[in-house]
Amino acid sequence: MGLEYVKISPGFEKYMPKDYVDLVKYGQFGKQIDVQQIDQIKELVEEHPMCAGCYMAYFVRIFYASLPKPEDTIVLGTAGCARLALSQAAVPFIYGNYGDTNAVASGLKRALSIRFPDKIKDVVVVAGDGGLMDIGFGMTMHSWFRREKFTTIMVDNEVYGNTGGQESGMSPKGVQLKMAPKGKKFDKINAVELAKTAGCVYVAKLAPTNPKRIAKTIKRAILAARELGPTFIHVYTSCNIEYSIPTERVLADAKEREKNDFGFYEWMTDEAKEYLEEQEKKMAEAKT
Amino acid sequence: MPEQKVVETDYLLLEAPRERKFITGSQAMAEAVKRANVDIAIAYPITPQSETMHLVGDLWAQGYLKDYYRAEEEYGAMSAIAGAVRGGARAFTATSGPGLLRGLEAIASWPGHRIPAVLGVLTRVVNAPLSIQPDNVEISYLMNCGMVVLHAENQQDVFDFTLASFAISEMVDVYLPIAVCTEGFFVTHAKGYVNMTPEDMKLPPRDPYKAPVPPTDCEIPPARIQRDAPVQKSNFMSYLIHQVWQQEVWSSNMRAMKYIYKYLNGPIEVINPDAEVFVAASGCAAAQAREAVRYAQMEGLNVGLLKIKSIVPFPSKEVRETLKNAKAIIVPEHNIVGWLAKEIKANIPNSDNVIGRPRVYGGMTLPVELIMDEIYAALGIKKDKTVLV
Repeated sequence: MGLEYVKISPGFEKYMPKDYVDLVKYGQFGKQIDVQQIDQIKELVEEHPMCAGCYMAYFVRIFYASLPKPEDTIVLGTAGCARLALSQAAVPFIYGNYGDTNAVASGLKRALSIRFPDKIKDVVVVAGDGGLMDIGFGMTMHSWFRREKFTTIMVDNEVYGNTGGQESGMSPKGVQLKMAPKGKKFDKINAVELAKTAGCVYVAKLAPTNPKRIAKTIKRAILAARELGPTFIHVYTSCNIEYSIPTERVLADAKEREKNDFGFYEWMTDEAKEYLEEQEKKMAEAKT
Repeated sequence: MPEQKVVETDYLLLEAPRERKFITGSQAMAEAVKRANVDIAIAYPITPQSETMHLVGDLWAQGYLKDYYRAEEEYGAMSAIAGAVRGGARAFTATSGPGLLRGLEAIASWPGHRIPAVLGVLTRVVNAPLSIQPDNVEISYLMNCGMVVLHAENQQDVFDFTLASFAISEMVDVYLPIAVCTEGFFVTHAKGYVNMTPEDMKLPPRDPYKAPVPPTDCEIPPARIQRDAPVQKSNFMSYLIHQVWQQEVWSSNMRAMKYIYKYLNGPIEVINPDAEVFVAASGCAAAQAREAVRYAQMEGLNVGLLKIKSIVPFPSKEVRETLKNAKAIIVPEHNIVGWLAKEIKANIPNSDNVIGRPRVYGGMTLPVELIMDEIYAALGIKKDKTVLV
């Protein structure tokens, strides 16, 4: 049904903004695109107000290009940098109170399951380290304990970037930031292990260096959440402003972190593995 | 569970036959939920809890509701209610005292998000020092967020207000959350007679497309305002958008009044409209005020009752009209701040006539004698002090 609402009603094509017409004609709705075709399609998000050189903005682009069913996807975000770009996309976006994403998503997903038991309605949270691991920690964890069927993607810039550069629970130990004038006293929270322990069926960690792999990971997380339970992706999306990373060094920094503490990691339950293999086989067959 | 048939809202609320039962306030609230075609309820067992949300859980287990769960905390519960309602479901939860305050940021954002949910507020002391008794200071925190706030006197009110709230909150020209408040313990745990509609009849289901702000369900284009925080455009845009949006929220709130007239027999109840002295009260205090007025009438004193059912929207016109010739207006309350006395003072020209007493707090009972003392004082009647203890 999602496709119906994005399509332009007959006779109205000439009155719609060109951007929208292009989105329907040359965009992702109703299609499976390869993330490497990103420069050949009309993207779901094109303009955003994020800082020059922001790696989170790059990740958000790749994220939208990776959605398995954008016309039936609802994205939730919270206060922070990511929502600045997330809310500019041609996908319904919910912006509530700070840190409430996983509770709102729980209610939303359940309502959609009640109303549309036979339809696919993907719910995806994309929120920062502060929103998910500090202020919203309890709600993040409990959505996993309850096995809520949606995907959580943590865009980890290791700082409260949007409020001016304060320490977060995900900042590395020792880093001097606002509200940590003597340097952070404790380690980064191990979100990946928490997710596994709390009941996520698919967990991944990555630095966004390889778009094909990012797309595959996001698709897997969303597909597994549809059928099996909560899924989680922890992404390193550096803050080049607060961490003073020169714009031309942003990719090199991500590669360096990938070598050190953000090496690609993927874990899933046996059930998820079986399910994803089956789905990916089907998708490959559909392509050929 | 009996097979329930959907009947017209007006029929269920105004015409359906009623059966008299002797039940607690918590049961009355759950009985209303049973007849309201609720999709989902989400609950947190805040201390102090009433059994309302247990009973609603039982309704789910019996098949009256489609989903129910125990949330991680009130903030999570209230946020999940927002999510469920935005997803197009009809949702209910109830809380009290500390739980209400913990969930308040989420609750206070419901009106702005245009979330037509029904919230039971079963009042208890807000810490500290800790007490778990019925004090209703928490209602004052709800009065400025844009939601409709009703205050029930007894078990019958709880049933009627709760059932009607589901209909009123979803009216296209209202579309706001409604808090149905009543005193914990005094009403939730005590039994009273309640005339209830038949168990096998329920309200029509929610139609989320009959709305000023559509649901977020990928079936209909979303409302831009909800997804796209205006603050990210510019400060100029954000204050303008916030301004007009909140104006609409408060106008919608006022439009609830016509449905309060239609379904709840108006926002006030008056006994002895020509009285010289009025006792004006809401909730449980209205029950004690009613008793005081009966005593006074037995003694031949010209005393009247003004019961206020709707706190927000406040029935300014009706209150002014009722109290225009009153020599004294006694406002008994179950809280220390006297939010009702302040509200009445702010709405009438002769505010010097308002006596913001008696007030009991911390959850104490409100003896009728305390109200009588104020009535005697207002009428200049000298009585010997009777020491009871």
